[in-house]
Amino acid sequence: MKDILTRLDSRFVIERKDETRSNLVFITVKKPVAIEVITYLRDYEGFRHLVLISAVDYIERNVFQLTYLLHNYQLHVDIGVRVEIDRQHPQMDSIHHLWAAAGVYQRELHEMFGIDFPGSPHVAEPMILEGWDNIPPMRKEFDTKKYAEETYFPREGRFKQDPREVMEIKLYPVDTEVKYGIKQVVRKRRGH
Amino acid sequence: MKDDEKTIDEMLNPAGAENEFLTEEYYCQALPKSVQPVANKIVRKFYNWAQANSLWILAFGTGCGSIELPPLFTARYDISRFGLFPRPTPRQSGVFIISGYLSVKTLKRVIRSYEQMQNPKFVLALGSCTVNGGMYFDSYNTINRLDYYLPVDVYIAGCMPRPEALIAGFNKLKQLIKEGKAEGANKYAENFEWYKANQKKIIKNWDMPEYNW
Ligand code: SF4
Repeated sequence: MKDILTRLDSRFVIERKDETRSNLVFITVKKPVAIEVITYLRDYEGFRHLVLISAVDYIERNVFQLTYLLHNYQLHVDIGVRVEIDRQHPQMDSIHHLWAAAGVYQRELHEMFGIDFPGSPHVAEPMILEGWDNIPPMRKEFDTKKYAEETYFPREGRFKQDPREVMEIKLYPVDTEVKYGIKQVVRKRRGH
Repeated sequence: MKDDEKTIDEMLNPAGAENEFLTEEYYCQALPKSVQPVANKIVRKFYNWAQANSLWILAFGTGCGSIELPPLFTARYDISRFGLFPRPTPRQSGVFIISGYLSVKTLKRVIRSYEQMQNPKFVLALGSCTVNGGMYFDSYNTINRLDYYLPVDVYIAGCMPRPEALIAGFNKLKQLIKEGKAEGANKYAENFEWYKANQKKIIKNWDMPEYNW
């Protein structure tokens, strides 16, 4: 792993390295070189397997962070290539020419985050959200609960219970009666 | 080869006739009608008894609950003891088990399958997801209450109910049928507009006929 990182360093500008485990490293690179880095890792370092592409919405920093996780079957090590792209113009180069399977991930990211991958096959077609007409649901500004309440006819009568309180009342009945007063404890035992 | 370059969509709709499919020619436009039970009391009882003892289940699994169905059909719980039997297509079956949460995309397929089923048909809703959304109550893509979209005859609560609970649910369904109370299909036909309005509210790309059977 060390050698791979030194070789990477000699070729590309790596902004940041996070060594999570001895066999898992995350590197952060700039958007223009990202595809180059991934291609290099695939063709020269033996990272032949694309495990996943994921995205995180950092709304406070106004970026989407994409992670390309690659696996090396000889050494059994993983490298995550992280790229940050602008949230206002979410666009990234497609890697479907490297792995055909990437097309599926990119389609999903397009659907869930609205990130565009020009040239990727069928990227704008809906996968699970058929006929979705709102902002992409995995973006942070999308209020999932509000949307669900407005759309899906919620049934009355849901209530919440704090597991800590429930267990406290269950395990220490006398102490809690002293602490909260009998009336409240009885009410809580009924679950309201 | 030129054919290989075509996508599946192009092969299915050669003349670029996407979405403008030939509704009138492929589908019957008639709407469902409610079927009144036989007037003669003895004959009606006999019909209900016969129906209750030959329930054929549609093999359609949604959500976590479909994993409860294989043990139900196999040696351990052996549901054929109760006169129940899984069938592969909607045309052959009379009971639809909605086994858990339904995403909007699945709901569309469920509605199509339900409408294709022959008439004495019953819906068994499994799990708390079908009752009030369960743990997916605040999801952007799963429905909360199944009874707004399909008429439910029996609910089986739990997350996930075990096969024993399912058997209990089937016994309840049989009891309802014998009493002549499992009138879900008629309810659907009578309140057809209401159901359709709810379905269309969430299925935004409605590209199928009103009632497809
Ligand atoms: S009720 Fe529970 S087990 Fe059933 S589909 Fe919902 S989450 Fe899954």
